[in-house]
Amino acid sequence: MIEVKELHKSFGTNDVLNGITERIEQGEKIAIIGPSGSGKSTFLRCLNLLERPTSGEIWVDGEKITDPKCNIDKVRQKMGMVFQHFNLFPHLTILDNITLAPIQLKLMSKEEAQNKAYELLERIGLRDKADTYPAMLSGGQKQRIAIIRALAMNPEVMLFDEPTSALDPEMVGEVLDLIKELADEGMTMVIVTHEMGFAKEVATRVMFVDEGVIKEQNTPNEFFESPQNPRLKEFLSKVL
Amino acid sequence: MAEWFQQLGDQFMKTFVEGERWHLFWQGFGNTILISLFAVVIGVIIGLLVGVVRVYHNQTGKWKVPNAVCRAYVSVIRGTPMILQLMIWYYIIFASLNRDYVLFVAVLGFGLNSGAYVSEIIRGGIQSIDVGQMEAGRSLGLSQVQTMRFIILPQAVKNSLPALGNEFIVLLKETSVAGTITVIDLTQAANLVRANTYEPFFPLIAVAVVYWVLVTGLSALLKRAERRMAKSDRG
Repeated sequence: MIEVKELHKSFGTNDVLNGITERIEQGEKIAIIGPSGSGKSTFLRCLNLLERPTSGEIWVDGEKITDPKCNIDKVRQKMGMVFQHFNLFPHLTILDNITLAPIQLKLMSKEEAQNKAYELLERIGLRDKADTYPAMLSGGQKQRIAIIRALAMNPEVMLFDEPTSALDPEMVGEVLDLIKELADEGMTMVIVTHEMGFAKEVATRVMFVDEGVIKEQNTPNEFFESPQNPRLKEFLSKVL
Repeated sequence: MAEWFQQLGDQFMKTFVEGERWHLFWQGFGNTILISLFAVVIGVIIGLLVGVVRVYHNQTGKWKVPNAVCRAYVSVIRGTPMILQLMIWYYIIFASLNRDYVLFVAVLGFGLNSGAYVSEIIRGGIQSIDVGQMEAGRSLGLSQVQTMRFIILPQAVKNSLPALGNEFIVLLKETSVAGTITVIDLTQAANLVRANTYEPFFPLIAVAVVYWVLVTGLSALLKRAERRMAKSDRG
């Protein structure tokens, strides 16, 4: 479903990604871990072209999205993204946050979009927050809203960029639970995370990114029980 | 004492009643309002366009030529006195225009002047918005233009409102130089009456009070708008 070939990305003279080649199949749940500055977020952000790769190719559903002629807005509609800092739209109500894109992109009528939004809000138990503004919600609530805002577009794949890193510890659980639910329903997802326990439990494959390349990847059990790469061993000994 | 009041009364009559001079003040008041109102509208439209072009160029490196034009415009307008710009419009650029259109020239002059300042305010407002907002909009599949329109600009304008209000107040008072190109605005009306009656007190003070009332009213309006837009902040 997503194919990456020889992906390089530099910011000025700073080489962040140094050649990543990878396939992500439908239904996979990929967890990406690694030290800060390793390039894991940049890799994720390249997948929907929030960062433009310096060289290399990215294919989504057989379409080469790194081609300048590709309509990236169209591709992004099927790739939901959740950010570390939620990035809800503070000037819009929760309901409008969720329905803005489906309505403006003419994917749904206003009524359809609102019904869908209410349904999703119901699901996460925040139906009563529909008419409030993001500033009135807790971090955990904001992030769950951000997740269903992406879901309202009926995406084929979800990209999570450290979705719990900006949360108070007590709110991490509610967000991870929701992501886990989505995983159980079969959503394809790529998650950059520092939550090792979560990666182990939810992922079908774990990748260790360091110095801009994938140094090691494996099924979660193998990955955490018998790491091979010395850098990974060192990293795991520090975080576990 | 009685004599002093008598004098004051005479001055008042001379300034406003004799020769129906209040007509002149009324006309001046109307022109001041008219010029300010239209100039604000023109200024905001130009300011939004120029501000967006400049931010778009800063963020993407595209649109080099429009950006250069916008920069030159802002530089010239901000680098020369308002009164001189007005004279250049009237005596050089529109020299052949019928004198009946002098109000149009004034509106254009003040609008183009204000646009340069508004554009800088808008530019600052847009740049104050977290880049995550643009990324969130784009990640949902919205285009750059849609994200700008529905997500960035509403927040930018809200953040810019105090500075915009300031600009509107400056503009309203700046229209007092319109007399230079023969427009009878509030200040010019006072000046004409003063020159006719040789009584400076009532024309000048009365007009000063009118400006003050207008600015105070405008401030109140702006405060209301700010409060309304603040409803999404934690209450």
